[in-house]
Amino acid sequence: MRKTESNKAWLLVLPVFLLVAFSAIIPLMTVVNYSVQDIFGPGEAYWVGTEWFKEMLRSEDLRGAFVRQVIFSATILVIQIPLGIAIALAMPAKGWTASLSLVLVALPLLIPWNVVGTIWQIFARGDIGLGGWFVNDMMGIGYNYTADSLHAWITVVVMDIWHWTPLVVLLCYAGLRAIPDAFYQAAAIDGAGRWKVFRYIQLPKLRGVLLIAVLLRFMDSFMIYTEPFVLTGGGPGTATTFLSQQLVKIALGQFDLGPAAAYSIIYFLIILAASFVFYNIMVRVGRGDRA
Amino acid sequence: MRLRYLALIVYFGFLLLPIYWLVNMSLKTNVEITSGLTLWPQNLTFANYVTILTDQSWYSGYINSFIYVAMNTAISLTVALPAAYAFSRYRFIGDKHMFFWLLTNRMAPPAVFVLPFFQLYQTFGLFDTHIAVALAHCLFNVPLAVWILEGFMSGVPKEIDETAYVDGYSFPRFFLFVFMPLIKAGIGVTAFFCFMFSWVELLMARTLTSVAAKPIGAIMTRTVSAAGMDWGTLAAAGVLTIVPGVLVIYFVRNYMAKGFALGRV
Repeated sequence: MRKTESNKAWLLVLPVFLLVAFSAIIPLMTVVNYSVQDIFGPGEAYWVGTEWFKEMLRSEDLRGAFVRQVIFSATILVIQIPLGIAIALAMPAKGWTASLSLVLVALPLLIPWNVVGTIWQIFARGDIGLGGWFVNDMMGIGYNYTADSLHAWITVVVMDIWHWTPLVVLLCYAGLRAIPDAFYQAAAIDGAGRWKVFRYIQLPKLRGVLLIAVLLRFMDSFMIYTEPFVLTGGGPGTATTFLSQQLVKIALGQFDLGPAAAYSIIYFLIILAASFVFYNIMVRVGRGDRA
Repeated sequence: MRLRYLALIVYFGFLLLPIYWLVNMSLKTNVEITSGLTLWPQNLTFANYVTILTDQSWYSGYINSFIYVAMNTAISLTVALPAAYAFSRYRFIGDKHMFFWLLTNRMAPPAVFVLPFFQLYQTFGLFDTHIAVALAHCLFNVPLAVWILEGFMSGVPKEIDETAYVDGYSFPRFFLFVFMPLIKAGIGVTAFFCFMFSWVELLMARTLTSVAAKPIGAIMTRTVSAAGMDWGTLAAAGVLTIVPGVLVIYFVRNYMAKGFALGRV
């Protein structure tokens, strides 16, 4: 759209700016402030420079959590994106079955995150949960997610697939519905098969929504906290402790303000850098579509 | 074709089974839950729900959650509407940077903000109030609201604005009576998203409250006691947190898919 040049538009943006500044800039400044000082109490702070940053970058806990986080985010992206596309393709396009599918698919997204944790905590238990009981008694695997770290991992990943694949499905579904019928008719005339329609019509048209899906899923999985906290508490040991949980442990558990602040900044910068790359790709792809 | 429906049924089964199990447990007594696995309640009981709906310390959690979610949705929409209009209609100094900066807040891990928020709201005397949680949730909901609304507004041709101004409409009158009705669906979808993200968030809501504004999610943790887990009540509380979501989805089901694409497909 052709836009009018006017700096008066700032007046319209001002409320958002003030509100977000209050809840983002002030806290961020506090974090930056803490990250370079050692605080013993009110009025007793000592300048320590980059000491906390060095300590955090050397910290085994942080590195461990970071590696687990990267593996986790990569795993769920690799599973959720193709699964989401497949489900979106399989869903009916119109009629009451379409409405019903949409409502069902969206259901997990509206459940508070701690309840998602609770649902799976119960469901996966060997003694009172259907899922845990099925794996243990029907398949004869000694499954126990509270004791075995591999089982805990699988449970957290399955939970996340359960919880967030619907977002990918809904995005792809919206993308598919936006493809005009003429495209399919042209393909039919050319004698294109099911696979060719997907490869040359649907997939390219889904490029935009898929980028949003990857961006959102990457960001949110990188911040995951509540669900694993309720489900496994980060355990057994530190097997499912991801970045956020490690941070909360330092900040609110041990109240180590300096290290926690340095950690926060490193954490935020990683997400920001990755998201910046995604965002630029997204904008570029968007432009390509319009041209 | 048959394979396609089979795959869908398997997937929906996977989606619904854990939820069914929660509902199932909420209708059982704790004795039945711990004494063995039953696929449906043998002694159907609503006692768990009665506990929650009659005990003030339980149901106040739901009321608290509703209050801050409603406040957040109202605040987010009020500030985001004019801003989204500005982004969709005007070019101004720093507009692109501003937009990206807003989005970075959606990317900020809540865990990073928990400690400074705690201190900030304590300084302002807002700790343990509903407005504190509502404001904290604005951090990610306002950018999202601006993003979605901007997408919907860009779909409205600019000629409409110009015609209205020629007809002598002032900006506020045009915006309220001409423009907003045109993007009703967009406003609905945005409200849905604000509701959703505020309703499901717990880390901030829990950290910023202690008694007076404690959300239901935080109250649920107290079913863990010395006497063992109170599974039945926990499950019933969980089921009751799903209900508002189901109602909301039902109302926006036709617009939802579009909204999830953030108006940018």
